[in-house]
Amino acid sequence: MFNTSLKELSAQLASKKISSVELTQTFLDRIRELNPRLNAFITIDENKSLAQAKTADALIASGKAGPLTGIPVAQKDIFCAEGWLSTCGSKMLHNFVSPYDAHVIEQFNRAGAINLGKTNMDEFAMGSSNETSYFGKVKNPWDLNAVPGGSSGGSAAAVAARLCPAATGTDTGGSIRQPAALNGITGIKPTYGVVSRYGMIAFASSLDQGGPMAKSAEDCALLLNVMAGFDSRDSTSLEREKEDYGRDLEQPLKGLRIGLPKEYFAEGLSADVAQAIEAALAEYRKLGAETVEISLPNSKLAVPVYYVLAPAEASSNLARFDGVRYGYRAPEYTDLADMYGKSRAQGFGAEVKRRIMIGTYVLSAGYYDAYYLKAQKLRRLIAQDFTNAFAQCDMIMGPTAPTTAFNLGEKSDDPVSMYLSDIYTIAVNLAGLPGMSVPAGFGANGRPVGLQIIGNYFSEAKMLNVAHQFQKATDWHTRMPQGI
Amino acid sequence: MSLNLADVKRIAHLARIAVEEDEMPGYLQQLSNILNLVEEMQAVDTTGIEPMAHAQDVVLRLRNDVATETDRRAAYQAVAPQVEAGLYLVPKVIE
Amino acid sequence: MQWEIVIGLETHAQLNTHSKIFSGAATAYGAAPNTQACAVDIALPGVLPVFNRAAAEKAVKFGLAIGARINRRSVFERKNYFYPDLPKGYQTTQLELPIVAEGGTLQIQVTPSTGSGQAYEKTIRITRAHLEEDAGKSLHEDFHGMTGIDLNRAGTPLVEIVTEPDLRSSAEAVAYAKKLHSLVRWIGICDGNMQEGSFRCDANVSVRPMGVETLGTRCEIKNLNSFKFMEKAIEYEVRRQIEILEDGGRIIQETRLYDPDRDETRSMRSKEEANDYRYFPDPDLLPLVVDEAFLDQARATMPELPQAMRERFVRDQGLPAYDAGILTTSRELAGYFEDTVKALGGEAKMATNWIMGDLSAQLNKEGLEITNSPITAGKLAGLLQRIVDGTISGKIAKEVFSAMWAGEGDADTIIEAKGLKQVSDSGAIEKIVDEIIAANPAQVAEYRSGKEKVFGFFVGLAMKASKGKANPAQLNEILKKKLAG
Repeated sequence: MFNTSLKELSAQLASKKISSVELTQTFLDRIRELNPRLNAFITIDENKSLAQAKTADALIASGKAGPLTGIPVAQKDIFCAEGWLSTCGSKMLHNFVSPYDAHVIEQFNRAGAINLGKTNMDEFAMGSSNETSYFGKVKNPWDLNAVPGGSSGGSAAAVAARLCPAATGTDTGGSIRQPAALNGITGIKPTYGVVSRYGMIAFASSLDQGGPMAKSAEDCALLLNVMAGFDSRDSTSLEREKEDYGRDLEQPLKGLRIGLPKEYFAEGLSADVAQAIEAALAEYRKLGAETVEISLPNSKLAVPVYYVLAPAEASSNLARFDGVRYGYRAPEYTDLADMYGKSRAQGFGAEVKRRIMIGTYVLSAGYYDAYYLKAQKLRRLIAQDFTNAFAQCDMIMGPTAPTTAFNLGEKSDDPVSMYLSDIYTIAVNLAGLPGMSVPAGFGANGRPVGLQIIGNYFSEAKMLNVAHQFQKATDWHTRMPQGI
Repeated sequence: MSLNLADVKRIAHLARIAVEEDEMPGYLQQLSNILNLVEEMQAVDTTGIEPMAHAQDVVLRLRNDVATETDRRAAYQAVAPQVEAGLYLVPKVIE
Repeated sequence: MQWEIVIGLETHAQLNTHSKIFSGAATAYGAAPNTQACAVDIALPGVLPVFNRAAAEKAVKFGLAIGARINRRSVFERKNYFYPDLPKGYQTTQLELPIVAEGGTLQIQVTPSTGSGQAYEKTIRITRAHLEEDAGKSLHEDFHGMTGIDLNRAGTPLVEIVTEPDLRSSAEAVAYAKKLHSLVRWIGICDGNMQEGSFRCDANVSVRPMGVETLGTRCEIKNLNSFKFMEKAIEYEVRRQIEILEDGGRIIQETRLYDPDRDETRSMRSKEEANDYRYFPDPDLLPLVVDEAFLDQARATMPELPQAMRERFVRDQGLPAYDAGILTTSRELAGYFEDTVKALGGEAKMATNWIMGDLSAQLNKEGLEITNSPITAGKLAGLLQRIVDGTISGKIAKEVFSAMWAGEGDADTIIEAKGLKQVSDSGAIEKIVDEIIAANPAQVAEYRSGKEKVFGFFVGLAMKASKGKANPAQLNEILKKKLAG
């Protein structure tokens, strides 16, 4: 049952072969058994989940069920869910029980899905290894010595270990795709503006985008159908017609032009990852696609630009955490300034403080033009690279990450080397394009490799088709880690 | 552009993050490393390029002027560190 | 040394929208603390701003009213600083691209407060006006030595209106502030309630030796919540700066707070430290675009502006510019005047004299607004009509006016009830005159010997005999004729 697709689970629920309460209980039991070793969840609330399951069963009985009714979905702890602890992985919000639902949570509730619990994450989504969470590190189910990636590492580990049928993530610079790759699961970051950011605790507003993380592209399509859609409460949410992201899954790939950016296959890419990606590309050629070399000449600027823009926005977005209206307040202080300084010094972890300080610096008087404004101009060049590339190809492919999962602690003392693990994913956020990662084999150490697929704006349905056809021809996505 | 300890102090103050004296050199080192990483930007000529603030070239939607929110003070203040008589309490503000 | 005073004003006018600038919370004044502070206003994690169309409409209306250029594309930015009444840790405002750009002006009429200076007119340039959100309120009453924060006001839309440093005295500053106050109410974008903080001014004040071009170091005075305080605060600040400079000292650029109890300004040290606001475009909001249709809509709902109306009153009604200026200080007053003249079918000058005279005096005395006047424009016209048609004299009209004010009915009812109808029956007047001439032969002789001054004596007697009701013109004519013999 743990390895069953959402479509199949839905069919079993519809045919009353299993109830949502049974299904939910099964996963809750598995979480209780395995989570202590993985630390993928921050909050489990069996009563709440089972109550939702009961309601879902009633809905199914009354014949009003949708495709996700009764399906348990784990929610990244960045999404505010009413009555649930919503911590964003931070001590700052260690006691924050949200009084409202994020749009994404509302959408799942409306669809009759079950909130299976809140997954662990890098603090405020700042990290690529899930080592910055106040609630402890998450471990990679393929190798407990390895990181699960980040920031949506809890969701990725939970899906990979089959602690949940599916989960949500958010992606500011690769936070869905990189952990999906490192855990051998499928995840998609939609075009910026497709999924509402309302109730998704902001890291970098102009880059953040929520998306599904699941075993397969087919599952992701079902999840995205629920998550996507216009929301008037987010000014950057795009007013577009509702679409069925699974509509093109079965289209053949004959004639598909795949662009391979030469910059993504250059120095820095480890040999075992390169090999797995080449094998995946060979599979695509077998499916009738052709590959062409393209160039994204400003690729090397993506990391620098990102580490100016994202911290700048974050320094401002995180100013609301001041110990006044919610969240952590230092127990002792002498006056207002001291209360602010101590609450924020104690409430935020090291990486968050670093990024707030860098962001503060690049916006400060005398540095704004040289850093922030410069980065915004380069952002346009990076986006134009993709526009030019899509004149030559339908999809862009390459590795999601330069290496397989690294060891816990390996990069945690060296922020800059950690930042470089996102070199292939960051540009997609800067451009606002959709990007996904699909399992594509394993590296030399037996850890998973992810193939990144980058589509043009609003091409999610096509991307899911491209991924689904690959998953019909391969079985990487059905592999489960053994012996957790 | 290199950073010094006075900069770190200034930034920490602007960001309202209390940094102990003995933490300063560590921050200086790490922040300098990040600035070195982003220094690569300066080599590119960006003359005439329009800054890009948003991923999509769209304009602001305008909401109709209707009061839609109801009083949820009790729910919101249930998670507040210190409240009294419906007010959030903070250490004395000196003007 | 002769010093020149240089003042620029920054005015925050709350826009009278139903909901806040970025949330659907109500803006009504006086609600229980934090009951009108929704998730967006208290900046819960994850919430996002959604912009209120009416705020843009009202700001554009203001821009058009002062003849400024409207930026077709304006941008919201974040002004970052920590303060307990600022829940997000930044204020969303406009910096580089404000909705109302340059080119706006306001024509002011100044009556110098001291000395025997002449009233004069002056044009004040308005640099810009931008949209922003208001902050909450800090309450310093005793909460065990702590401060209480009420966020009901947080997110109320404001338009901040900034002048060039064109003002040269406290009188000019007050004249400008009053004119602006009247304009924002006139075009219906702000209720102008200064006690509730709907209209607040900060003054940038500096002095320089007369004839010097460069500006002196300025101080910003906050908390000028009445015109009187503004005048006193500026005068105090000017004296303070001149004293420092004449003693050889230097002015420190700072923010100062006016304390009305002590009538002085004092330094606000809390606002001084490290003002590095790190402005940048708000990534949660997109550019605000004002298109031609939006502008047309704003123009279509724009009332005739005070300056245009004033010119029209001078041109079409033949009023002195001064009178027209007073009548156009508020839309209500101007409307009252126009209604009166319309009902009366002319006689603009007479109507003006009554409105600016007896009516204004009574309203002031009882602290009433023109809209609450117990004598409506129609009723005033009814009274004035009786002067015009000779039913009563101007003097009797004042008596009727008082009775109308007291609620005794309309003019005709009162004239009838009190028998105040003017005597225009020449036979009756002649009879009175004959009696007076017969009873006062000595004065008659005096008059006839050339002492025409005694004429008034006869008028007085005749009026007294007629209980004031004799038609004055007729009485004069008859008296002259009969005295001539």
